[in-house]
Amino acid sequence: MSKSVKNISIASHENMQMDGIQKLGITLGLLGLFIMTLALLNVSFPNKGIWLAGSIVSIFTGIVVYANRTYLNQPEGIKNNGVWHKDFTNKGTWAWMTGIILTSFYIVLYWFPQYLGLNGDGGKSTGIVGFFDPLSYILNGKAASQWFVYGTLYTIAILGLGYKFILKYRHNKYQLVRTLSVMFFQLGFAFLIPEILEKLNPEKAYFAKDLKNMWPLNYYFFNEWHLKNMFEGGNLGMFMLFFGIAMIFIISPILTYFYGKRWYCSWVCGCGGLAETAGDSFRHLSNKTETAWKIERWMIHSVLVFSFVMTIAVIFTFLSNNPEISFITREQFIWGIVAFLIVFTGTLYIFKRKELDTDAVYTMLSLVAIIIISLFINYFSGNQNILFIDSNSLREWYGFAIGAAFSGVVGVGFYPIMGNRVWCRFGCPMAAILGLQQRLFSKFRITTNGGQCISCGNCSTYCEMGIDVRSYAQKGENIVRSSCVGCGICAAVCPRGVLKLENDTPAGRINSNEILLGNDVDLMDLINQK
Amino acid sequence: MEHIVIIGNGIAGVTLARHIRKKSDSKITIVSSENEFFFSRTALMYVFMGHMKFEHMQPYENDFWKKNKIDLVQGLVTAVIPTSKEIILSNNEKIAYDKLVLATGSKPNKYGWPGQDLEGVTGLYHKQDLEALENWAPKTKRAVIVGGGLIGIELAEMLRSRNIPVTFLVREQSFWSGVLPFGESQMINRHIQEHHIDLRLDTNLVEILSDEKGHARAVVTDKGETIECEIVGLTAGVSPNIDFLKDSGIELGKGIKVNRYLETNIKDIYAIGDCAEQHEAIDLRRPIEAVWYTGRMMGEVLAQTLTGMPTAYKPGHWFNSAKFLDIEYQTYGWVWATAKADEEQFYWEHKSGKKAIRISFDKKDRTFLGINTFGIRMRHEFFDTVLTKKEKVDYVIHHLAEANFDPELYTSHNQEIQKQFISQFVGVKTT
Repeated sequence: MSKSVKNISIASHENMQMDGIQKLGITLGLLGLFIMTLALLNVSFPNKGIWLAGSIVSIFTGIVVYANRTYLNQPEGIKNNGVWHKDFTNKGTWAWMTGIILTSFYIVLYWFPQYLGLNGDGGKSTGIVGFFDPLSYILNGKAASQWFVYGTLYTIAILGLGYKFILKYRHNKYQLVRTLSVMFFQLGFAFLIPEILEKLNPEKAYFAKDLKNMWPLNYYFFNEWHLKNMFEGGNLGMFMLFFGIAMIFIISPILTYFYGKRWYCSWVCGCGGLAETAGDSFRHLSNKTETAWKIERWMIHSVLVFSFVMTIAVIFTFLSNNPEISFITREQFIWGIVAFLIVFTGTLYIFKRKELDTDAVYTMLSLVAIIIISLFINYFSGNQNILFIDSNSLREWYGFAIGAAFSGVVGVGFYPIMGNRVWCRFGCPMAAILGLQQRLFSKFRITTNGGQCISCGNCSTYCEMGIDVRSYAQKGENIVRSSCVGCGICAAVCPRGVLKLENDTPAGRINSNEILLGNDVDLMDLINQK
Repeated sequence: MEHIVIIGNGIAGVTLARHIRKKSDSKITIVSSENEFFFSRTALMYVFMGHMKFEHMQPYENDFWKKNKIDLVQGLVTAVIPTSKEIILSNNEKIAYDKLVLATGSKPNKYGWPGQDLEGVTGLYHKQDLEALENWAPKTKRAVIVGGGLIGIELAEMLRSRNIPVTFLVREQSFWSGVLPFGESQMINRHIQEHHIDLRLDTNLVEILSDEKGHARAVVTDKGETIECEIVGLTAGVSPNIDFLKDSGIELGKGIKVNRYLETNIKDIYAIGDCAEQHEAIDLRRPIEAVWYTGRMMGEVLAQTLTGMPTAYKPGHWFNSAKFLDIEYQTYGWVWATAKADEEQFYWEHKSGKKAIRISFDKKDRTFLGINTFGIRMRHEFFDTVLTKKEKVDYVIHHLAEANFDPELYTSHNQEIQKQFISQFVGVKTT
């Protein structure tokens, strides 16, 4: 292993010095967070509403001041100077501290919300949960829960750091529009609309009202309590049920066909939205080795199988227990699923056999595994016992291990250490499904520009999904990878204009060249035709 | 088993080794003194700027070489002995070869300036140059760069990324004006100044002054000015790295003389990449082309010859690219800095002053000859086809949308360009 060039001088990286205005911005932002921390420690503020508003305004103002100062006083262009020199963006002390604070926050949020001040017995909450009451009453008419606090902070992060991202990439219209999109979907669809719908239907039991948060990312969509609440949720409940199912089977496949999975992962999704905005400073930390790719395949497909089996099990149990509100029997359901998966997998195999890469093979095998397990479920299960395991405990384990620990604690908590897409890359079952469609049944690809690649490695370094983009670009090969979320940063950082995200005809989408454009025409023909 | 020894693990040597391995089981050894593993020289600047770490420049993982049975030897070759078919390393180790390929690249030009070998004076070519810059940068209050070309502007950008003030001495009247026509060159001049680089046009280096410890302390220009500085970057081009071949019997000019099959005058010895010099230039190309792409193409070609399919080096249409600070540059075909007698040029510049294109075409029959494009990405394949088919300039203007390779949602300037072209050059004849 060659030693990287080390500079031990503390004075050398002069670009790392912040000026007064940048420091002011950071101070304002931290001040806002400090007020919230005081609330967390049960300092009781008079006029909570004003203090809450003040702290939020302070965070936003801090980000705006910092971002304007950092990016607007220099020419437009790629702004990666010092990324690997800075402690915060190169896994230094600040990065670890941030990681630990984020991780702790998630642990408390999921498993010990009482420490955030939540009063579980229906009484008045204190701490930071109580601190958010004024905003919660305005939006949904109820006292705040820990999830309201989380949702608000999440939205603040995407909006504030989205603004920063836009300034950073202001020369790049694709990034501009994409970021406005994730900001819009977070603020509107994930935050405001569900809260307001909640206010308009105060008497109904909770069900998810975020239209874009589809199964299997929203893993509890088919859980018994959730299905029941939707069934009993009147027109809105039924709408959410049907829209949710339409998203899975109709809307998402169509959009993925035309645009690749990016329409969701880097334009709409909340997890992706946070990764692209708040996580942007850490995108280069993703591991690019082939070993990491192998682990990725195993993990994401294990989660995929787990999530399908869990869902099938809970629906099975639901149908067993609630024959009166079901359209179909549990047998019909299992056979329906099996038939659907066989047709789906079989069709892909028959028509796309030649285009399968290892990722796609794994996904197909996962689907076959799901088919087999489903059949086992049908024949070896009672009402509650799914293959001798209680379906409730299966569901709880999924919620614990995947829903909370993986997507939250590891997914976001480890941003500063492992990069911003750990969840999306290694864990998200939604990404696995969309990835299969993207690989085999989509117009999307990243095109390479003839022989212009200089193998510099910027594209690979800044790929948040850990794709070794360069390994394709330097062969003049299009990038058609299941995991690509289409953020477009590889194309942005390329110094020679080699990469372009495109939706085009499927013909020639997956290609490979031995000899690159620019060389002897006869030689290219001779070698590449083979 | 045949033993192919390659001296140099740059893009030319490594491309060659990879392509030989695809077709043959020969024993392959690559000898290099610079670094154990292949890295992309073009990315050195990004390591200094903190965009990447050194290992990110290495396109292949470290076990790639073992997996593909390509032996890597770290050592400096001091002599080639064709009579006994062996090379000698600085530690006196000998390596026997059946076929020898010289892919030793270039070294920065030094024109005998007084003080050119002082501490603090460097080119930007080798990994070692980067390490030297890292050492000097912390104590540097100003750097002076000599030579207004592609490497000079990269070095300026690197040093500016650490807030080091830079004075940039350019011999010509305008940046890279030997290659760039007036409009583009002026545009880049302005962009250089926008980045707070002290650009001194029409200025030459006379002497580098030393401090008492043998480190550069200032430069003297031909304008009689003395500029205090701790780093001096010499970026006045490169020339083939062939000094160790002087007594080998291999025919040398400025570089290693080769024929179209990349063979030297001695049987079983070949030369590719920056260090190779064609006996006669190919088309409008120069006999020595120190360009990344050329090194790669020669590697691709020679691999065919060495695996039993003798193939002449016949490069396709000329193309190149660079990035001037924030402005990307691509070129396809030939656009000359001063239009040749039979050449007409069309120039469009965006009002932002950061985008421009120049299209060159034949005055008489309007055949498209080449394009320079700045801040607008264009498709290599499109122009390659256009050049092969000898399409007219009007065809290109008409199909600009097809040629464009900018990211999605970017503002198109095609209509503006087309309008200007029509008002300047049509009336005679339209598409």
